Amino acid sequence: MDLHEETIQGLHTKLARREVSSEEVTRHLLARISQLNPELNAYITVTEEEALAQAREADQRLANGDATSPLCGVPIAIKDNMNTRGVRTTCASRMLEHFVPPFDATAVRKLREAGAVFLGKTNMDEFAMGSSTEHSLFGPCRNPHDHERVPGGSSGGSACAVAADLCIAATGSDTGGSIRQPAAYCGVVGMKPTYGRVSRFGLVAFASSLDQIGPIAKDVTDCSLLLQALCGYDPCDSTSVDSAVPDFASFLTGDVRGLRIGIPGEYFIEGMDAEVEEAVRNGIRILEKEGARPVEISLPHTAYGIPVYYLIATAEASSNLARYDGVKYGFRAKGASDTLRQMYHRTRSEGFGAEVKRRIMLGTYALSSGYYDAYYRKAQQVCTLIRQDFVEAFQHCDVIVTPTVPSPAFPIGEKTGDPLQMYLLDIFTTTVNLAGLPGLSMPCGTTSGGLPVGMQILGRHFDEGTVLKTAFAFEQQTLTTSKTQA
Amino acid sequence: MKVDKKDVEYVAMLARIELSEEEKELYSEQLSTILAFFDRLKEVDTENVQPTSHVVDLVNAYRSDQVRPGPGVEEVLANAPDRAQRFFRVPKILD
Repeated sequence: MDLHEETIQGLHTKLARREVSSEEVTRHLLARISQLNPELNAYITVTEEEALAQAREADQRLANGDATSPLCGVPIAIKDNMNTRGVRTTCASRMLEHFVPPFDATAVRKLREAGAVFLGKTNMDEFAMGSSTEHSLFGPCRNPHDHERVPGGSSGGSACAVAADLCIAATGSDTGGSIRQPAAYCGVVGMKPTYGRVSRFGLVAFASSLDQIGPIAKDVTDCSLLLQALCGYDPCDSTSVDSAVPDFASFLTGDVRGLRIGIPGEYFIEGMDAEVEEAVRNGIRILEKEGARPVEISLPHTAYGIPVYYLIATAEASSNLARYDGVKYGFRAKGASDTLRQMYHRTRSEGFGAEVKRRIMLGTYALSSGYYDAYYRKAQQVCTLIRQDFVEAFQHCDVIVTPTVPSPAFPIGEKTGDPLQMYLLDIFTTTVNLAGLPGLSMPCGTTSGGLPVGMQILGRHFDEGTVLKTAFAFEQQTLTTSKTQA
Repeated sequence: MKVDKKDVEYVAMLARIELSEEEKELYSEQLSTILAFFDRLKEVDTENVQPTSHVVDLVNAYRSDQVRPGPGVEEVLANAPDRAQRFFRVPKILD
């Protein structure tokens, strides 16, 4: 096995036994990145020097006999909307193109303390707004399975980097599917934890009631290891929840006998890709053969997920992005502005890309006087009904299994002219954020065209363990390979 | 819901974004299409439904009001687009 094909678990064993050094693996991956990244565009910034310094530090730690952290010496990638001290954090936007944060996001700090090596910052849709990683100041990222197609988004760079072996694992953020959808398109495992599980301190805010950080990895075991390192209460994020984090590895037993799997009829809709449906239904059959029990359930308000999500998310975004005013940090429009107000208008006009402006406009409209009740408040009320659907459903099942996206990865440029078509791709992922639930996407097959299909597994609040248990059992039966010839 | 050019100009003013003529036309058309799709929410009876503002049962998170070390002035100003001495510099505020 080549070094870049290693998993966290496999590499950790070799590092702990001193069969290979972190510096060696890091150099190998950096060389691979410089070879493949010009084509794939998974990384915005590669931090070679910092990575090698971290690797040498990790080697020192391992030489001292400290092999307690499974991430020590393991090279990973960080999505470029998480603050990294001293390394620019752009959000793929002109607004933050040269922004160098003076502090680490809590998630980044935890990984740093665990001894992980940061290879660089990954490409994304600007401010995490998009489902294709085409809306990036640095150009589109490509799907490693088919370079003419999108990797999904907004964490497309992270999913691409994991699938193409340009890192061992990566972090992503998920507001309406931004971890799970690119994981599905790239054939890797990605998880959005329960809202409140992982601190968002230092994550550049998009929609604060929905944003959550999570892992993107090559298999379920790695996903649980990275998740373990990310979780935990943080007083710096007032929405982070102070409850015990279980040992996720203890759920990876392979035993799903008696587990009740909810199958929502609303997630197998007319018009969805037949090969996607077949792959997911086959996945359910495999779990059934292992002793799980499928249960028909209903989530009747699913069809309203897209409007509810896009109203709430854009409303919050319009407020969150008000901070980009060209004064304290970030871009300011060049040339003389007569007044402060004129400077604001020009800075925001030139600093934001088309999709971000569209969403700020939509959110501002939904919050504006006269439309607040009809749109924003209405969306919040229907959100309550969507949450209640899940509460009711989980009285009859332990996990819910669905497709992650109704169709496989689409060609670059196909949907950029029609924003609504792009939004509709998020139909199976957004409701999960609205309800705050944990959700995981994993590969469950490929289409005849060789594109990966993602299966989504959802759990109750703070029950990531049962989601991982289900995913692991499925993986054991299929050992679906996510390898590509990048 | 039809969003005409005047609506777009008003919203852009609220959002402090300067738009070109082409952008105004594009957003007028796209926001109209998107909002027309969103109007399906009207089908849902929400008569006695409480709005959700937050998904997890959290009450206000308090902490004691203690002085803690923060970044220094130089560190904070390092990312400023324009500065003078220890301050952010901006164009004049009054018309």
